[in-house]
Amino acid sequence: MIHNLGIKETLKKNSMLLVLLATMVLFQVLITSGGRGSLFAPANISNLISQNAYVVILASGMLLCILTGGNIDLSVGSVVALVGALAGTLVVNLQWNIYLSILICLITGLAIGAWQGFWIAYIRIPPFIVTLAGMLLWRGVALLILNGLTISPFPEAYTRYFTSFVPKVSDPSTIFAITFTVGIIVSIIFGVWSFFDRYTKTKKGYQTEALVFTIIRVAMLSAAVLVVFGLLGMHKGIPVVLILLAVIVLGYSYFTSRTVPGRHLYAMGGNEKAAKLSGIDTNKVLFFAYANMGFLSAVAALVGVARFNSAAPTAGTNYEMDAIGSCFIGGASAYGGTGTVGGAIIGAIFMGVLNNGMSILGIDANWQRAVKGIVVLAAVVFDVLSKKRVKSS
Amino acid sequence: MDTLLLEMRNITKTFPGVKALSNVSLDVRQGEIHAIVGENGAGKSTLMNILSGVYPSGTFDGEILVHGQQCHFHSIKESEEKGIVIIHQELALVPYLTIAENMFLGNEQGHVFRIDWDKTYSRADELLALVGLEESSKTSIKDIGVGKQQLVEIAKAMAKNVKVLILDEPTASLNDTEAKKLLDLLLQFKSRGMTSILISHKLNEVSYVADRITVIRDGEVITTMDKQEERFEENKIIKAMVGRNISDRFPKRKATIGEISLEVENWTVYHPLYEGRKVCEDINVKVHRGEVVGISGLMGAGRTEFAMSLFGKSYGRNITGTMRINGKPVELNTVRAAIDNKLAYVTEDRKGNGLILSKTIMENTTLANLKGVSTHQVIDSDLELQVSKEIVEKLHTKCSSVREEVNNLSGGNQQKVLLGKWIFAQPEILLLDEPTRGIDVGAKYEIYCIINQLAEEGKSVLVISSEMPEILGICDRIYVLSEGKIVGEMTQKEASQEAIMTCIVQNQKGAGQS
Repeated sequence: MIHNLGIKETLKKNSMLLVLLATMVLFQVLITSGGRGSLFAPANISNLISQNAYVVILASGMLLCILTGGNIDLSVGSVVALVGALAGTLVVNLQWNIYLSILICLITGLAIGAWQGFWIAYIRIPPFIVTLAGMLLWRGVALLILNGLTISPFPEAYTRYFTSFVPKVSDPSTIFAITFTVGIIVSIIFGVWSFFDRYTKTKKGYQTEALVFTIIRVAMLSAAVLVVFGLLGMHKGIPVVLILLAVIVLGYSYFTSRTVPGRHLYAMGGNEKAAKLSGIDTNKVLFFAYANMGFLSAVAALVGVARFNSAAPTAGTNYEMDAIGSCFIGGASAYGGTGTVGGAIIGAIFMGVLNNGMSILGIDANWQRAVKGIVVLAAVVFDVLSKKRVKSS
Repeated sequence: MDTLLLEMRNITKTFPGVKALSNVSLDVRQGEIHAIVGENGAGKSTLMNILSGVYPSGTFDGEILVHGQQCHFHSIKESEEKGIVIIHQELALVPYLTIAENMFLGNEQGHVFRIDWDKTYSRADELLALVGLEESSKTSIKDIGVGKQQLVEIAKAMAKNVKVLILDEPTASLNDTEAKKLLDLLLQFKSRGMTSILISHKLNEVSYVADRITVIRDGEVITTMDKQEERFEENKIIKAMVGRNISDRFPKRKATIGEISLEVENWTVYHPLYEGRKVCEDINVKVHRGEVVGISGLMGAGRTEFAMSLFGKSYGRNITGTMRINGKPVELNTVRAAIDNKLAYVTEDRKGNGLILSKTIMENTTLANLKGVSTHQVIDSDLELQVSKEIVEKLHTKCSSVREEVNNLSGGNQQKVLLGKWIFAQPEILLLDEPTRGIDVGAKYEIYCIINQLAEEGKSVLVISSEMPEILGICDRIYVLSEGKIVGEMTQKEASQEAIMTCIVQNQKGAGQS
C-alpha cells in the first residue's frame, strides 16, 4: 500500500536521477550535433568510469560523515596525496612487495582517519577544524615525502590491479561475448533476488508492493546494466576498477540501509540526544565515520596513482569538494540524518558526466569550472524545490 | 469595557487535504482575557497564526478587523505594528544572547548601524521589573530556567507596545507555582487595561483568569462562555472540547503489587558543571512490580535529573548510592547498560531528546532495541515493519502508516510513539518523565490506560509529573521531591494536593517565609 505511490510521486522522489538522465541526453544531443562523437561511445563510458572512480569511493565515505550531522571531511584530498606518495615510495622507490605496500597504505589511511576521528568524536573538536588542520598537515607530509617531486612510473604488476580490464583476451568478439554475459548474469541475479524477496515477504504475510512496480524496476535496471555492459564489451571489457566500485557501493549501501551500526548513523544525525538516550554510543559512531573516511581516502589514493601512473605532490587537490558536492547533489541533508549511498553515487556520476561532457565539447577549462558551480547549485535547488512540493501536496 | 478591540469573521483555512478552520468567528473585547480551549489539532494555533500574520493574508478566507478597521497582515511584522503579539508555545529565544539582546531582537534600540546598548539595557531592566523578574538583563538566556524565559518573552512583547497579547500554552512547561505566578501577572496586566488571548489545555488555569472562554473543536467554534453569565464548569468545558462526557479523567486500575523491583538508596548526584552543588541528595526510593509510583515536586526540584541519573548516569557527576534491581545491586554506567538491565526512561522533552522527528515511526520505534529486529547486526526490515505495526496498534497511535514521519503527528501521537519505542525495548522498570505534557485530554486518558496496562503486566512504573491531579489520579504511592530531597511519601489514600504542597512548603529552605 505504501509503495503504491502514483507515477508523479515516484518521479518526484527520483528527481535527481531524472536530472542526471536529462543532463546525459542534453550532452549527447550537443555532442553529436557538434560532430564530436558521442557521450555513449564505448571508449568514453569506460573512460568515464575510470575517471570518476575516486569520486564514487570518496563520496561513499563522505556520506557517512555527513549523515552523522552534516559533518564534512576537508582533509580527504590531502590524505589521498599522502597515501599516494607513500605508495610511490614503497612500490616504485623501495620496490617492496606490492601486497604488503597496499596493506601499509590502507593501514596508514585508517590510522589518519582514526587520528582525526579521535579528536572529533572523543574530544569533540568541530570536524571542520580538525579536518582543516588535517588538510594542511597531510599535504605538508606528502610534500615532505615526495620532496616536491613526482614519482613515476608504477610497475605494471601494481597498475594491473586497478587499470586493467577483464577478460584478458585480445579478440574483440570474445570480449564482447564474455562482458555481455556478465551483464546478463548480473541482471538475472538482480531479478531473481527481487522476486525471491517478494515471494518470501508474501509467504511471511508481510506487506508487498504492487507487482507492476517490481517488474518495472527490474526491467529498467536490467536494461541499464545490459546497455552499460554491452558498451563496455565493445571497448576493452570490464574495467577492474568497476568491480572494486561495485563492491564498495553495494557494501556501503547495505551497511547504511540494513545494519544496526548503519541505522545508528542516521539516528545520530537525526537527533543526537535522542540517539544517546536510546543507548547508542554516539562517540563511537562519529569516530567510526571519520576512521572509515581515512580508509576510503587511502583506497582512492591507490586507484589514483595507478590511473595517473604517478604519485604527484598536487594529487587529490579538490577531491574533498567533489565528494562533498556529490553527497549534497545526491540529496544528503546538510544537517545530517538523511541521504543514501545510492544518491551520493548519482551525484558523483552527475559531476562526472558534467566534466566529461564539457571536455568533449571542448569548453574552456575556466568556463567549465564556472558552469559546474552554477549547475551544481541549480541541480540541488531543483531537487529541494521538487521535494518541497511533494511534501505540501 | 465592552468595545470590540478585535474581530475575526468567518475565517476558513484549508491545508492540502484538511480543513483546519471552517467559518470561525471570534471577537475580543478591550481589556478582557479571552481563553481559547480545544484539543490538540482543533485549530487553535492555526487561528492564532492567522491573526498574527504567520499565515499571510490571502492564504485563508475571512476577514480580520482591529478597532473596526479591516486589516490584511502579510507578515508578523505587520500584525505587530497593530499591537498584536504572539508568544509561541516553543519559546523563540537565542540561548547565548543576553535577556536584553533577546528582548530587542528585531526591534533594536538606536540606529541600524549603531545600537544604543545603554538604552537597550535600561529599558530591558524596566520591563523586567514590570513582569516581576529580578535577573539582570545582562544574564544569558541559557542561564535562566524555562519559567523565567517565559517571563522574558512577555517582557519582550511589552517592549513592542502590545495591545493584544496572545499566549500559546504559556504554562505547558511550567510547574504549578510558576504557572500561578504567570497567570497572576496576566490578571495584573488586565487591571491595567491590557487585552490577552490565552490558549491552554489546563482548564483550571483558564477558569481562573479568563473572562470569556471560546471552545474550538475540529476547526469550528462550539461555544463561547461568559463569566458574567455563567460559572465556568470544567465538566461542561470538557464536554464541549471532546464532544463527549469524560466521566472519569483517570481510568481505574486494580493494583496487584508484587516484589520490590527497583530500590535506590542514598542516591546523591552532583551538578555536572557547578562543583559541589548537589542536585539530588540522599534519595531513597522503592518501586514494586505492578506499582505506579509518582514523583511530585516543583520544576527544578531535581526530578528529571534524578531519573536521568538512574538511567545509565545520563545526568550529573560523582553519583553515589546503591541501586538494586530485583534485589541485585547494579552499576549502570551507560545507557546501554541501563537498557540491558530492563530500564527505560521516557523523556519529558519528546522533540528535543526523545524522538528523531525527521524519521519514520518505524525507525523511532526500534531505535532503542535494534537487537530485537536484527541478527548479527543486520536489520530485518520486514520484521521491523511488523513489530512497529504491532506497537502502533497496541497503543492506538493515529497515523497513515508506520512509515510516516514523526514530524507529521500530533503531540499526543508523538508521545505514543515515544512510549511505544520504550515498550518495544521490553523494560521491566519504566521511568516516565512528564508523560502527558502538552497533549490534550483525550490523548492523556489513553496514555493513562497504557500506563495502567503496563502496571497490570507486572511492570514497575515511576511517573514524574508537574500536574498534581495526574499524580494523584494514577499513582499508588507518591514521593514528594523538593530541592533534591525526598520530603514526603504518601499512599494514594493519604495524598491530596494540599498535603503535597504542605510537604514542599514546609521543607523549603527559607522560602515559605514571605
